[in-house]
Amino acid sequence: MSLIYPRDGLKAHPLNASPAYGSTQKRAPLKPLILLPHTLSETTGPVFGDVGVTAGDADLTRQHGGEPLGERIIVSGRVLDEDGRPVPHTLVEIWQANAGGRYVHVRDQHPAPLDPNFTGAGRALTDADGRYRFVTVKPGAYPWRNHHNAWRPAHIHFSLFGPSFLSRVITQMYFPGDPLFKYDPIFQSVTDERARERLVSRFDLGTTEPEWALGYQFDIVLRGRHATPLEEPHDH
Amino acid sequence: MTIETQAPRATGPDFGITPSQTIGPFFAYALTPRAYGGPELATEQVAGDGVEGERIRIEGVVYDGDGVPVGDAMIEIWQADAQGRFNAAGNAGFTGFGRAEVTAEGAFHFDTIRPGAVAGSDGSFQAPHLSVSVFARGILVRLATRIYLSDEPTNAEDPVLALVPADRRDTLIAQRDDGGIFRFDIRLQGESETVFFEA
Repeated sequence: MSLIYPRDGLKAHPLNASPAYGSTQKRAPLKPLILLPHTLSETTGPVFGDVGVTAGDADLTRQHGGEPLGERIIVSGRVLDEDGRPVPHTLVEIWQANAGGRYVHVRDQHPAPLDPNFTGAGRALTDADGRYRFVTVKPGAYPWRNHHNAWRPAHIHFSLFGPSFLSRVITQMYFPGDPLFKYDPIFQSVTDERARERLVSRFDLGTTEPEWALGYQFDIVLRGRHATPLEEPHDH
Repeated sequence: MTIETQAPRATGPDFGITPSQTIGPFFAYALTPRAYGGPELATEQVAGDGVEGERIRIEGVVYDGDGVPVGDAMIEIWQADAQGRFNAAGNAGFTGFGRAEVTAEGAFHFDTIRPGAVAGSDGSFQAPHLSVSVFARGILVRLATRIYLSDEPTNAEDPVLALVPADRRDTLIAQRDDGGIFRFDIRLQGESETVFFEA
């Protein structure tokens, strides 16, 4: 099935030149982007249907000998296209800090403890309805040096491919009601309020499992619409 | 005359795309986890031993606007096989997809095969090329560019290169050095800023 990729939706993205996020200042291209026609190079993309994702990859609380500390949560949702149709069998990669706000990464120097029972990396394939589901712990907020007293709101990084080079996206999922939103230049780099709200997961009692874990729903909408046959123009 | 009525969707689902956010500095243990012992989705080795095609190596460095190497970027490539096919069934050992974390000095490389020519959008043919995505801390939306190869005579007729101002075209063309390696540096800003596309 071939998709069409309108450009209107791209307005939801932040501008790379978002100077309040200091790291952009020497890294955002300053010359105009060239409009790229959509050829086979763009409308195709890698397929990971047989990448060997196991059910355990989606449960970040069972990757070590013991259970990680922190608030156990379930994060699930659907991957959709711009028509709201499911994107089946597509790869979702996630990574996050632990409950104390510390990443396993060797260069993270935040003086919060590492958790020997938590790495913070997971992956899953969406099912036929575009659904994915992760079990993890709620990541902590953490400080960074963007400006005085800068703190990142709790977030989980998401990396998705979708059906083509054009649908490739890396984003971050946030938690509802975080008081740090208004101070965070990365979250605020999305200037359209409705688009920004799409980065925030929704607490969902239906996803929550009694006596076990809180549930959050996070739907992800990738570029692309189903192509529909054009009617031949005709005179009345 | 008929009047079409469309009820406003006051609380209906919103199918606007999910905005991009930066990959941040701490992606490696998930996306390029070799040093952490994790499973690698893809690497710099894009073509296995049995794959048909001329072996090529591409090497480059990512620089910021001050000419300082960017030591925390991830580069992905997507390309056709030697016959110009994407996702060709039966081409075992070749997905066309590569992923590399740059070194602390901003360096990356890919070992792959020379792609074949690919159909363009208007019945024309495109010169052999690789599609590239650049992700890094400080990049909020992945940067899309292309790698062309300096020894391809069809570059002169390529419809995408033709869209690029002539004085910037060289930033998209990997230069083959004496050792046969294609050099493709990525400059995020500055006088010789790499051409990036709105894809």
